Amino acid sequence: MPDCDKVLLVQAELDGELGAAEAAALAAHRAQCPICEAAAAELAQARALMRDDLYQPVPEDMRRRVLTALAAAQPPRPGPPAATSGSFGRWRGWWSNSASFGLGAACAAALAFLLLVPAMPPGLTEQIVAGHVRALQPGHLQDVASEDRHTVKPWFDGRLDFAPPVKDLAAAHFPLTGGRLDYLNGRPVAALVYQRDKHVIDLFVWPAAGDTPPQTAERQGYNIVHWSQGGMNFWAVSDLEVAQLEEFVADWRNAP
Amino acid sequence: MADSLPSDTFEAVVLPHLDAAHNLARWLMRDAASAEDVLQEAMLRALTYFPSFKGVNPRGWLLQIVRNTAYASMSLNRGVELVPMTNASDEPDDAVSRLPSSDDDPETSLIKTRERDRVRRMIAALPIELRETLVLRELEELSYKEIAEVTRMPIGTVMSRLWRARRLLAQAARRDEAA
Repeated sequence: MPDCDKVLLVQAELDGELGAAEAAALAAHRAQCPICEAAAAELAQARALMRDDLYQPVPEDMRRRVLTALAAAQPPRPGPPAATSGSFGRWRGWWSNSASFGLGAACAAALAFLLLVPAMPPGLTEQIVAGHVRALQPGHLQDVASEDRHTVKPWFDGRLDFAPPVKDLAAAHFPLTGGRLDYLNGRPVAALVYQRDKHVIDLFVWPAAGDTPPQTAERQGYNIVHWSQGGMNFWAVSDLEVAQLEEFVADWRNAP
Repeated sequence: MADSLPSDTFEAVVLPHLDAAHNLARWLMRDAASAEDVLQEAMLRALTYFPSFKGVNPRGWLLQIVRNTAYASMSLNRGVELVPMTNASDEPDDAVSRLPSSDDDPETSLIKTRERDRVRRMIAALPIELRETLVLRELEELSYKEIAEVTRMPIGTVMSRLWRARRLLAQAARRDEAA
Protein backbone atom coordinates (compact mmCIF):
# COMPACT_ATOMS: atom_id res chain seq x y z
CA MET A 1 0.00 0.00 0.00
CA PRO A 2 1.10 3.56 -0.61
CA ASP A 3 3.06 5.39 2.08
CA CYS A 4 0.93 8.52 2.04
CA ASP A 5 -2.82 8.24 2.49
CA LYS A 6 -3.36 10.91 -0.15
CA VAL A 7 -1.84 8.85 -2.94
CA LEU A 8 -5.18 7.29 -3.87
CA LEU A 9 -6.57 10.80 -4.20
CA VAL A 10 -3.76 11.65 -6.63
CA GLN A 11 -4.93 8.68 -8.63
CA ALA A 12 -8.59 9.69 -8.31
CA GLU A 13 -7.69 13.07 -9.77
CA LEU A 14 -5.98 11.39 -12.72
CA ASP A 15 -9.15 9.35 -13.26
CA GLY A 16 -11.39 12.40 -13.16
CA GLU A 17 -13.09 11.29 -9.94
CA LEU A 18 -12.35 14.37 -7.83
CA GLY A 19 -14.55 17.44 -7.45
CA ALA A 20 -13.05 20.92 -7.78
CA ALA A 21 -12.78 21.52 -4.02
CA GLU A 22 -11.11 18.16 -3.39
CA ALA A 23 -8.71 18.78 -6.27
CA ALA A 24 -7.71 22.18 -4.86
CA ALA A 25 -7.07 20.70 -1.41
CA LEU A 26 -5.01 17.96 -2.99
CA ALA A 27 -2.91 20.41 -5.02
CA ALA A 28 -1.94 22.19 -1.77
CA HIS A 29 -0.91 18.87 -0.24
CA ARG A 30 1.03 17.69 -3.29
CA ALA A 31 3.16 20.81 -3.35
CA GLN A 32 4.79 19.63 -0.12
CA CYS A 33 4.57 15.81 -0.38
CA PRO A 34 7.37 14.13 -2.36
CA ILE A 35 5.60 10.75 -2.04
CA CYS A 36 2.55 12.08 -3.85
CA GLU A 37 4.71 13.75 -6.49
CA ALA A 38 6.51 10.47 -7.16
CA ALA A 39 3.19 8.64 -7.25
CA ALA A 40 1.84 11.11 -9.79
CA ALA A 41 4.86 10.49 -12.02
CA GLU A 42 4.47 6.73 -11.74
CA LEU A 43 0.73 6.90 -12.50
CA ALA A 44 1.43 9.05 -15.54
CA GLN A 45 3.98 6.49 -16.70
CA ALA A 46 1.45 3.66 -16.34
CA ARG A 47 -1.27 5.68 -18.04
CA ALA A 48 0.98 6.37 -21.03
CA LEU A 49 1.34 2.63 -21.60
CA MET A 50 -2.42 2.10 -21.90
CA ARG A 51 -2.92 2.92 -25.53
CA ASP A 52 -6.13 2.47 -27.50
CA ASP A 53 -4.74 -0.39 -29.57
CA LEU A 54 -4.77 -2.60 -26.48
CA TYR A 55 -8.55 -2.75 -26.78
CA GLN A 56 -9.62 -6.11 -28.19
CA PRO A 57 -12.94 -5.83 -30.04
CA VAL A 58 -14.62 -9.06 -31.08
CA PRO A 59 -13.14 -10.41 -34.34
CA GLU A 60 -15.65 -10.45 -37.19
CA ASP A 61 -15.78 -14.23 -37.54
CA MET A 62 -16.31 -14.67 -33.79
CA ARG A 63 -19.07 -12.05 -33.83
CA ARG A 64 -20.86 -14.08 -36.48
CA ARG A 65 -20.53 -17.29 -34.48
CA VAL A 66 -21.92 -15.59 -31.37
CA LEU A 67 -24.85 -14.08 -33.26
CA THR A 68 -25.62 -17.45 -34.81
CA ALA A 69 -25.66 -19.13 -31.39
CA LEU A 70 -27.90 -16.37 -30.04
CA ALA A 71 -30.29 -16.68 -32.96
CA ALA A 72 -30.56 -20.43 -32.35
CA ALA A 73 -31.32 -19.80 -28.66
CA GLN A 74 -33.72 -16.88 -29.17
CA PRO A 75 -36.90 -17.68 -27.24
CA PRO A 76 -40.21 -16.96 -28.92
CA ARG A 77 -41.48 -13.70 -27.47
CA PRO A 78 -45.11 -12.96 -26.65
CA GLY A 79 -47.12 -10.01 -27.92
CA PRO A 80 -47.23 -8.50 -31.39
CA PRO A 81 -44.57 -5.76 -31.07
CA ALA A 82 -41.82 -8.04 -29.88
CA ALA A 83 -42.83 -11.10 -31.86
CA THR A 84 -40.09 -11.93 -34.33
CA SER A 85 -38.69 -15.34 -34.98
CA GLY A 86 -41.45 -17.20 -33.19
CA SER A 87 -44.40 -15.81 -35.06
CA PHE A 88 -42.41 -15.68 -38.25
CA GLY A 89 -41.64 -19.37 -38.01
CA ARG A 90 -45.33 -20.17 -37.58
CA TRP A 91 -46.19 -17.90 -40.43
CA ARG A 92 -43.74 -19.66 -42.73
CA GLY A 93 -45.20 -22.97 -41.65
CA TRP A 94 -48.64 -21.78 -42.75
CA TRP A 95 -47.29 -21.06 -46.15
CA SER A 96 -45.75 -24.42 -46.76
CA ASN A 97 -49.01 -26.01 -45.62
CA SER A 98 -51.17 -23.95 -47.90
CA ALA A 99 -48.84 -24.70 -50.81
CA SER A 100 -49.08 -28.43 -50.26
CA PHE A 101 -52.87 -28.50 -50.22
CA GLY A 102 -52.90 -28.50 -54.01
CA LEU A 103 -56.03 -26.37 -54.19
CA GLY A 104 -57.46 -25.07 -57.43
CA ALA A 105 -56.05 -21.77 -58.63
CA ALA A 106 -59.06 -19.62 -57.85
CA CYS A 107 -59.49 -21.19 -54.45
CA ALA A 108 -55.80 -20.80 -53.72
CA ALA A 109 -55.90 -17.16 -54.71
CA ALA A 110 -58.84 -16.54 -52.37
CA LEU A 111 -57.14 -18.40 -49.56
CA ALA A 112 -53.90 -16.55 -50.25
CA PHE A 113 -55.74 -13.27 -49.95
CA LEU A 114 -57.22 -14.27 -46.63
CA LEU A 115 -53.84 -15.36 -45.38
CA LEU A 116 -52.03 -12.37 -46.80
CA VAL A 117 -53.91 -9.60 -45.13
CA PRO A 118 -52.66 -10.33 -41.61
CA ALA A 119 -49.67 -12.24 -42.87
CA MET A 120 -46.78 -9.78 -42.68
CA PRO A 121 -45.28 -10.43 -39.28
CA PRO A 122 -45.48 -7.08 -37.51
CA GLY A 123 -42.27 -7.37 -35.50
CA LEU A 124 -40.24 -8.23 -38.55
CA THR A 125 -41.72 -5.47 -40.69
CA GLU A 126 -40.66 -2.94 -38.04
CA GLN A 127 -37.21 -4.48 -37.89
CA ILE A 128 -36.89 -4.13 -41.67
CA VAL A 129 -37.75 -0.42 -41.52
CA ALA A 130 -35.48 0.10 -38.51
CA GLY A 131 -32.64 -1.65 -40.38
CA HIS A 132 -33.20 0.57 -43.39
CA VAL A 133 -33.33 3.78 -41.34
CA ARG A 134 -30.20 2.75 -39.43
CA ALA A 135 -28.38 2.13 -42.69
CA LEU A 136 -29.30 5.60 -43.96
CA GLN A 137 -27.18 7.18 -41.22
CA PRO A 138 -23.89 8.45 -42.66
CA GLY A 139 -21.32 5.73 -43.19
CA HIS A 140 -23.66 2.81 -42.48
CA LEU A 141 -25.20 2.12 -45.85
CA GLN A 142 -22.71 -0.28 -47.38
CA ASP A 143 -19.72 -2.38 -46.41
CA VAL A 144 -18.85 -2.98 -50.05
CA ALA A 145 -19.48 -0.14 -52.52
CA SER A 146 -19.62 -1.28 -56.12
CA GLU A 147 -21.94 -1.18 -59.12
CA ASP A 148 -20.53 -4.50 -60.25
CA ARG A 149 -22.43 -7.54 -59.04
CA HIS A 150 -19.28 -9.60 -59.66
CA THR A 151 -17.68 -7.55 -56.89
CA VAL A 152 -20.66 -7.44 -54.54
CA LYS A 153 -21.60 -11.12 -54.69
CA PRO A 154 -18.15 -12.56 -53.84
CA TRP A 155 -17.86 -10.05 -50.98
CA PHE A 156 -20.52 -12.04 -49.10
CA ASP A 157 -18.51 -15.29 -49.45
CA GLY A 158 -17.46 -16.44 -46.01
CA ARG A 159 -19.43 -13.65 -44.36
CA LEU A 160 -22.75 -15.49 -44.55
CA ASP A 161 -23.76 -19.12 -44.50
CA PHE A 162 -25.56 -18.68 -47.82
CA ALA A 163 -24.85 -17.02 -51.16
CA PRO A 164 -27.39 -14.25 -51.85
CA PRO A 165 -28.39 -13.72 -55.48
CA VAL A 166 -27.14 -10.36 -56.73
CA LYS A 167 -28.70 -8.92 -59.89
CA ASP A 168 -27.74 -5.98 -62.04
CA LEU A 169 -30.79 -3.80 -62.66
CA ALA A 170 -28.99 -0.81 -64.16
CA ALA A 171 -30.82 -1.35 -67.47
CA ALA A 172 -34.09 -0.97 -65.59
CA HIS A 173 -32.76 2.27 -64.00
CA PHE A 174 -32.25 0.70 -60.59
CA PRO A 175 -28.44 0.68 -60.41
CA LEU A 176 -26.76 -1.48 -57.77
CA THR A 177 -24.57 0.62 -55.46
CA GLY A 178 -23.27 -1.98 -52.99
CA GLY A 179 -24.06 -4.32 -50.14
CA ARG A 180 -23.59 -4.88 -46.44
CA LEU A 181 -24.20 -7.39 -43.69
CA ASP A 182 -27.20 -6.78 -41.50
CA TYR A 183 -28.84 -8.61 -38.63
CA LEU A 184 -32.56 -9.28 -38.80
CA ASN A 185 -35.11 -11.74 -37.55
CA GLY A 186 -32.46 -13.24 -35.31
CA ARG A 187 -29.90 -13.99 -38.00
CA PRO A 188 -27.23 -12.39 -40.21
CA VAL A 189 -28.68 -11.39 -43.59
CA ALA A 190 -27.45 -9.84 -46.82
CA ALA A 191 -28.53 -6.29 -47.61
CA LEU A 192 -28.19 -5.22 -51.24
CA VAL A 193 -28.37 -1.51 -51.93
CA TYR A 194 -29.98 -0.18 -55.09
CA GLN A 195 -30.89 3.31 -56.14
CA ARG A 196 -33.55 5.11 -58.15
CA ASP A 197 -32.66 8.79 -58.61
CA LYS A 198 -31.96 10.00 -55.06
CA HIS A 199 -33.90 7.21 -53.39
CA VAL A 200 -32.15 4.30 -51.70
CA ILE A 201 -33.65 0.82 -51.87
CA ASP A 202 -32.49 -1.80 -49.38
CA LEU A 203 -33.11 -5.40 -50.41
CA PHE A 204 -32.71 -7.79 -47.47
CA VAL A 205 -32.11 -11.41 -48.42
CA TRP A 206 -31.90 -14.62 -46.42
CA PRO A 207 -32.78 -18.27 -47.05
CA ALA A 208 -36.36 -19.49 -46.70
CA ALA A 209 -38.40 -22.30 -48.14
CA GLY A 210 -41.38 -21.75 -50.42
CA ASP A 211 -42.53 -19.25 -52.99
CA THR A 212 -44.79 -16.37 -52.05
CA PRO A 213 -45.99 -13.57 -54.31
CA PRO A 214 -45.06 -9.98 -53.42
CA GLN A 215 -47.02 -8.32 -50.63
CA THR A 216 -46.88 -4.63 -49.95
CA ALA A 217 -46.98 -2.77 -46.66
CA GLU A 218 -46.30 0.72 -45.43
CA ARG A 219 -44.69 1.81 -42.13
CA GLN A 220 -43.67 5.32 -41.06
CA GLY A 221 -43.73 6.57 -44.64
CA TYR A 222 -41.58 3.73 -45.98
CA ASN A 223 -42.90 1.22 -48.45
CA ILE A 224 -42.05 -2.44 -48.01
CA VAL A 225 -42.48 -5.31 -50.43
CA HIS A 226 -41.91 -8.88 -49.33
CA TRP A 227 -41.75 -12.05 -51.39
CA SER A 228 -39.98 -15.44 -51.53
CA GLN A 229 -38.56 -17.21 -54.52
CA GLY A 230 -35.77 -19.65 -55.32
CA GLY A 231 -35.21 -20.60 -51.66
CA MET A 232 -34.73 -17.00 -50.53
CA ASN A 233 -36.77 -14.49 -48.60
CA PHE A 234 -36.73 -10.94 -49.98
CA TRP A 235 -37.70 -7.71 -48.27
CA ALA A 236 -37.40 -4.49 -50.27
CA VAL A 237 -37.77 -1.23 -48.38
CA SER A 238 -37.52 2.35 -49.60
CA ASP A 239 -39.07 5.77 -49.47
CA LEU A 240 -39.86 5.37 -53.17
CA GLU A 241 -43.47 5.62 -54.33
CA VAL A 242 -45.12 2.26 -53.88
CA ALA A 243 -45.64 1.86 -57.65
CA GLN A 244 -41.95 2.37 -58.30
CA LEU A 245 -40.94 -0.04 -55.57
CA GLU A 246 -43.29 -2.63 -57.04
CA GLU A 247 -41.68 -1.97 -60.42
CA PHE A 248 -38.28 -2.64 -58.82
CA VAL A 249 -39.57 -5.90 -57.39
CA ALA A 250 -41.06 -6.99 -60.72
CA ASP A 251 -37.78 -6.16 -62.49
CA TRP A 252 -35.81 -8.07 -59.88
CA ARG A 253 -38.04 -11.13 -60.14
CA ASN A 254 -37.85 -11.16 -63.93
CA ALA A 255 -34.15 -10.41 -64.26
CA PRO A 256 -31.90 -13.35 -65.14
CA MET B 1 -47.57 0.42 -35.49
CA ALA B 2 -45.12 3.25 -35.91
CA ASP B 3 -44.67 3.65 -32.18
CA SER B 4 -43.98 -0.02 -31.61
CA LEU B 5 -40.45 0.00 -33.04
CA PRO B 6 -38.47 -2.36 -30.85
CA SER B 7 -36.04 -0.19 -28.89
CA ASP B 8 -35.95 -2.40 -25.81
CA THR B 9 -34.98 -5.66 -27.45
CA PHE B 10 -31.88 -7.69 -26.63
CA GLU B 11 -30.52 -6.71 -30.04
CA ALA B 12 -30.92 -3.00 -29.35
CA VAL B 13 -29.89 -2.96 -25.68
CA VAL B 14 -27.24 -5.64 -25.20
CA LEU B 15 -25.67 -6.46 -28.57
CA PRO B 16 -24.03 -3.01 -28.96
CA HIS B 17 -21.77 -4.02 -26.03
CA LEU B 18 -20.48 -7.20 -27.66
CA ASP B 19 -17.06 -5.62 -28.22
CA ALA B 20 -16.81 -4.64 -24.56
CA ALA B 21 -17.83 -8.16 -23.54
CA HIS B 22 -15.17 -9.66 -25.75
CA ASN B 23 -12.50 -7.21 -24.60
CA LEU B 24 -13.06 -8.17 -20.97
CA ALA B 25 -13.29 -11.90 -21.71
CA ARG B 26 -10.12 -11.72 -23.76
CA TRP B 27 -8.19 -9.99 -20.99
CA LEU B 28 -9.46 -12.37 -18.32
CA MET B 29 -8.80 -15.59 -20.22
CA ARG B 30 -5.43 -16.75 -21.38
CA ASP B 31 -6.18 -17.54 -25.00
CA ALA B 32 -8.56 -16.59 -27.78
CA ALA B 33 -10.39 -19.93 -27.74
CA SER B 34 -11.31 -19.86 -24.05
CA ALA B 35 -12.26 -16.17 -24.39
CA GLU B 36 -14.68 -17.16 -27.16
CA ASP B 37 -16.15 -19.93 -24.99
CA VAL B 38 -16.70 -17.43 -22.18
CA LEU B 39 -18.18 -14.87 -24.57
CA GLN B 40 -20.60 -17.41 -26.07
CA GLU B 41 -21.70 -18.64 -22.66
CA ALA B 42 -22.03 -15.12 -21.26
CA MET B 43 -24.11 -13.89 -24.20
CA LEU B 44 -26.46 -16.86 -23.91
CA ARG B 45 -26.83 -16.21 -20.19
CA ALA B 46 -27.49 -12.55 -20.91
CA LEU B 47 -30.18 -13.54 -23.42
CA THR B 48 -31.80 -15.77 -20.79
CA TYR B 49 -31.69 -13.16 -18.03
CA PHE B 50 -32.54 -10.22 -20.29
CA PRO B 51 -36.31 -10.28 -19.63
CA SER B 52 -35.58 -9.54 -15.96
CA PHE B 53 -33.01 -6.81 -16.69
CA LYS B 54 -34.44 -3.52 -15.43
CA GLY B 55 -31.27 -1.48 -15.01
CA VAL B 56 -30.01 1.57 -16.82
CA ASN B 57 -26.48 0.34 -17.42
CA PRO B 58 -26.63 -2.60 -19.83
CA ARG B 59 -22.87 -2.52 -20.43
CA GLY B 60 -22.08 -2.90 -16.73
CA TRP B 61 -24.72 -5.62 -16.46
CA LEU B 62 -23.22 -7.53 -19.39
CA LEU B 63 -19.65 -7.10 -18.13
CA GLN B 64 -20.72 -8.51 -14.77
CA ILE B 65 -22.13 -11.58 -16.52
CA VAL B 66 -18.92 -11.95 -18.56
CA ARG B 67 -16.83 -11.71 -15.41
CA ASN B 68 -18.95 -14.28 -13.53
CA THR B 69 -18.80 -16.63 -16.50
CA ALA B 70 -15.05 -16.24 -16.80
CA TYR B 71 -14.47 -16.91 -13.11
CA ALA B 72 -16.77 -19.95 -13.21
CA SER B 73 -14.87 -21.26 -16.22
CA MET B 74 -11.53 -20.72 -14.50
CA SER B 75 -12.60 -22.52 -11.34
CA LEU B 76 -13.67 -25.46 -13.52
CA ASN B 77 -10.25 -25.42 -15.15
CA ARG B 78 -8.33 -24.93 -11.97
CA GLY B 79 -4.95 -23.35 -12.37
CA VAL B 80 -5.60 -21.79 -15.74
CA GLU B 81 -5.77 -18.31 -14.30
CA LEU B 82 -2.31 -18.68 -12.82
CA VAL B 83 -0.68 -18.99 -16.21
CA PRO B 84 -0.07 -15.58 -17.73
CA MET B 85 -0.20 -15.04 -21.46
CA THR B 86 3.55 -15.04 -21.95
CA ASN B 87 3.66 -15.07 -25.70
CA ALA B 88 1.14 -13.05 -27.63
CA SER B 89 2.47 -14.38 -30.94
CA ASP B 90 0.71 -17.74 -30.37
CA GLU B 91 -2.50 -15.95 -31.11
CA PRO B 92 -4.28 -16.92 -34.31
CA ASP B 93 -5.44 -13.33 -34.74
CA ASP B 94 -1.95 -12.00 -34.36
CA ALA B 95 -1.05 -12.33 -38.02
CA VAL B 96 -3.94 -10.03 -38.87
CA SER B 97 -3.09 -7.48 -36.21
CA ARG B 98 0.45 -7.40 -37.48
CA LEU B 99 -0.64 -6.22 -40.90
CA PRO B 100 0.56 -2.66 -41.42
CA SER B 101 -2.09 0.01 -41.36
CA SER B 102 -2.16 2.22 -44.39
CA ASP B 103 -1.01 5.44 -42.76
CA ASP B 104 2.24 4.05 -41.38
CA ASP B 105 5.36 3.00 -43.17
CA PRO B 106 6.13 -0.68 -42.50
CA GLU B 107 8.92 0.08 -40.03
CA THR B 108 6.85 2.44 -37.86
CA SER B 109 3.99 0.00 -37.89
CA LEU B 110 6.23 -2.88 -36.84
CA ILE B 111 7.58 -0.84 -33.94
CA LYS B 112 4.05 0.05 -32.86
CA THR B 113 2.96 -3.58 -32.98
CA ARG B 114 5.98 -4.71 -30.95
CA GLU B 115 5.33 -2.02 -28.39
CA ARG B 116 1.68 -3.04 -28.11
CA ASP B 117 2.59 -6.72 -27.69
CA ARG B 118 5.14 -5.78 -25.04
CA VAL B 119 2.53 -3.87 -23.01
CA ARG B 120 0.02 -6.66 -23.58
CA ARG B 121 2.39 -9.18 -22.02
CA MET B 122 3.03 -6.91 -19.05
CA ILE B 123 -0.71 -6.49 -18.40
CA ALA B 124 -1.33 -10.20 -18.91
CA ALA B 125 1.28 -10.95 -16.26
CA LEU B 126 -0.65 -8.95 -13.61
CA PRO B 127 -2.72 -10.93 -11.08
CA ILE B 128 -6.24 -11.29 -12.41
CA GLU B 129 -7.93 -9.05 -9.80
CA LEU B 130 -5.54 -6.22 -10.68
CA ARG B 131 -5.74 -6.89 -14.41
CA GLU B 132 -9.55 -6.76 -14.53
CA THR B 133 -9.64 -3.52 -12.55
CA LEU B 134 -7.08 -1.92 -14.86
CA VAL B 135 -8.86 -3.09 -18.02
CA LEU B 136 -12.26 -1.90 -16.80
CA ARG B 137 -10.84 1.53 -15.93
CA GLU B 138 -8.40 2.18 -18.78
CA LEU B 139 -9.91 0.30 -21.72
CA GLU B 140 -13.61 0.23 -20.86
CA GLU B 141 -13.33 3.63 -19.16
CA LEU B 142 -15.73 2.72 -16.37
CA SER B 143 -15.98 4.97 -13.32
CA TYR B 144 -14.87 3.68 -9.90
CA LYS B 145 -18.52 3.19 -9.00
CA GLU B 146 -19.21 1.14 -12.13
CA ILE B 147 -16.11 -1.00 -11.56
CA ALA B 148 -17.26 -1.58 -7.98
CA GLU B 149 -20.63 -2.77 -9.32
CA VAL B 150 -19.15 -5.06 -11.97
CA THR B 151 -16.60 -6.63 -9.59
CA ARG B 152 -18.81 -6.43 -6.46
CA MET B 153 -15.99 -4.79 -4.51
CA PRO B 154 -16.08 -1.69 -2.29
CA ILE B 155 -14.85 1.46 -4.06
CA GLY B 156 -11.85 1.61 -1.70
CA THR B 157 -10.76 -1.83 -2.90
CA VAL B 158 -11.19 -0.74 -6.52
CA MET B 159 -8.94 2.27 -5.86
CA SER B 160 -6.18 0.31 -4.14
CA ARG B 161 -6.25 -2.45 -6.76
CA LEU B 162 -6.02 0.11 -9.51
CA TRP B 163 -3.09 1.72 -7.76
CA ARG B 164 -1.26 -1.60 -7.38
CA ALA B 165 -1.95 -2.54 -10.98
CA ARG B 166 -0.53 0.72 -12.26
CA ARG B 167 2.50 0.60 -10.05
CA LEU B 168 3.32 -2.97 -11.10
CA LEU B 169 2.86 -1.97 -14.72
CA ALA B 170 5.16 1.03 -14.41
CA GLN B 171 7.75 -1.12 -12.61
CA ALA B 172 7.55 -3.80 -15.29
CA ALA B 173 8.07 -1.16 -17.96
CA ARG B 174 11.14 0.18 -16.20
CA ARG B 175 12.58 -3.33 -15.81
CA ASP B 176 11.85 -4.02 -19.46
CA GLU B 177 13.69 -0.88 -20.56
CA ALA B 178 16.67 -1.65 -18.33
CA ALA B 179 16.97 -5.16 -19.73
